[in-house]
Amino acid sequence: MTTTITRKSPRPRARRAVWEERPTLIGQAGKALLLGLLVLSVLFPLWVILVTSFSSRETIANAGGLVVIPRGVDTSAYEVIFAGGAVTRALWISTLVTVIGTAIALTVTVLAAYGLSRPRSLGYRWLLAYFLLPFLIYPPLVPKYLVVTGLGLKDTIWALILPPAISVFNLVVVRGFFQGIPQELLDSARIDGANDFRTLARIVLPLSRAVIAVVGLFYAVTYWNVWFDAVLFIDRNDMYPIQRVLQSYLLAGQAPKTSGGASGITMPPTEAIKMAVVVLTVAPIVAVYPFIQRHFVKGVLIGAIKG
Amino acid sequence: MRTRHAPAGAGTDQARPRGASPPATFDPPRARRADRRRVSLRARLRRDWQLLAMVAPGFVILLIFSYVPILGNVIAFQDYNPYLGDNPLEAFVQSNWIGFGQFQLLFEDPAFWDAFRNTLAITAFQLVFFFPLPIALAIALHHLLSSRLRGFIQTVVYLPHFFSWVLVVSFFVAMFGGAGLLAQTMREAGTEPWNIMTNPDTFIILVTAEAVWKDVGWGTIVFLAALSTIDQNLYEAAAADGAGRWCRLWHITLPGLRPVIVLLLILRLGDALSVGFEQFLLQREAVGRQASEVLDTFVYHFSIATGNYGYGAAAGLFKAVIGLCLILAANRVAHMLGERGIYSRS
Repeated sequence: MTTTITRKSPRPRARRAVWEERPTLIGQAGKALLLGLLVLSVLFPLWVILVTSFSSRETIANAGGLVVIPRGVDTSAYEVIFAGGAVTRALWISTLVTVIGTAIALTVTVLAAYGLSRPRSLGYRWLLAYFLLPFLIYPPLVPKYLVVTGLGLKDTIWALILPPAISVFNLVVVRGFFQGIPQELLDSARIDGANDFRTLARIVLPLSRAVIAVVGLFYAVTYWNVWFDAVLFIDRNDMYPIQRVLQSYLLAGQAPKTSGGASGITMPPTEAIKMAVVVLTVAPIVAVYPFIQRHFVKGVLIGAIKG
Repeated sequence: MRTRHAPAGAGTDQARPRGASPPATFDPPRARRADRRRVSLRARLRRDWQLLAMVAPGFVILLIFSYVPILGNVIAFQDYNPYLGDNPLEAFVQSNWIGFGQFQLLFEDPAFWDAFRNTLAITAFQLVFFFPLPIALAIALHHLLSSRLRGFIQTVVYLPHFFSWVLVVSFFVAMFGGAGLLAQTMREAGTEPWNIMTNPDTFIILVTAEAVWKDVGWGTIVFLAALSTIDQNLYEAAAADGAGRWCRLWHITLPGLRPVIVLLLILRLGDALSVGFEQFLLQREAVGRQASEVLDTFVYHFSIATGNYGYGAAAGLFKAVIGLCLILAANRVAHMLGERGIYSRS
């Protein structure tokens, strides 16, 4: 693959086809209103939550709860949170689960996808069926719980990491992408004496950055968002991931009782602290997602159409 | 499950069962098979051992966390007692087999039928009020002229898909809850705030609104791709023949989307008994069991939460079997309508 540097030519203005009738004013306005509302429905709550988390106690009291129009920046909520305690610890646990989990899951998925990408290999048909079947039959809750606890994974991060470490959907996406790589490239590598591991590392992976990025994001989001597995498998509250802490702050309305004690205060969290926890839960997703989003159509669609 | 049930991602030739009648024309898989016989198993093992090694980690994980639990479903036929022995395996060996006793109890349990009814009602409701929305949104986005504006809207509307349900429900509580922004504004205006988050009567609308907010944007991806494959010349020819905007939509756009719509409809019907789990578990306390219990939360509450494992496993197995039948039936209907479905038997 050679990289050619092309000067960005000014994008030609998209134009309506000559045969297409001009849209009516009402139609245009209605569409703009609908799309605008949709975009606002996502951005507005984010804005309110962000502003409230950076508001002082008085601003919040004056507004009567949530703050829409910012008045000054007050970082005291974040200072309280980062002084240590339940939220800080949960953020650490979640980061650990996300980083280790994504690394493991990507490795397992990429290896399996490559291993299943050559139709004439030994046991191909049976293995493929074996890997695809869980797409139709979900692992049932009760036996899964018994298996995980039976393996002694309870109250460890492995209970959160291992069960979702291979998702059939992601496997199909990656495999579809691998199968789209020209066979000649792989053959030439083999003729040059590369074995399969080498081919995967040197030829296939460098060509698959987009799909790896997308699937990596999917796994990372799964691990960052893990909540119910933590309800099932994590009883010790100093092992809670962030979603469980968020739940106890926002939906149950009080800070979880921690063994260590955050700041010794057991008052219900203030509105600013609650919203700061929301912001900290959203932030990693919002930070990473836009960079990977442009690959979605390319990466996801191959799998979606084939699967 | 036999190989022929592998989804279409497998490609059609590999998914053919041994001994299926070959098509009349040239048959590459069969030629391949004959070709393969000449190579001995040992030679193939030497050739492919690296591929097998690559597959191994995924194989083991699926074995432990998917296949063993699927087989573990048999505790539905036991009076499973977790306190027998030191670990679940010993407890399983020592527990008594009671046949269909758990199922009998299950079918006599009004709470189970409540959950069943709620699940079906929510599925039906969302099929009408959620399913068409991504299609409409995709068409609207597709017709935007400015690609920059389209990209911006897509970026924004995809985002909530990546939020956890805890986060989504937290957003709704912050906006519509008793202490939320809407209630706050209404109180200032001097009116009694609406009860949105804890009202069991409107719960079905609430959960649908949450699901729409989370996934309507994400749902457009598949439709946008399908829209971009429709031949533009068809539109031009139709317009030349005097077809108006709505006429073209009805006669070109929607038929172009038909395979995708049918596929997603099948998947949704096959999943009719799952309506989202965390979403309901999170809001169960706020609106009460009567309105919010669905089959998945029923399984959880009547097994792990209360220690009655065999009973929960029976409910879970019942759901899984019905679900599998639904997806097979839906797929067959799709074949009869001449669509591809999720897997093909050719």
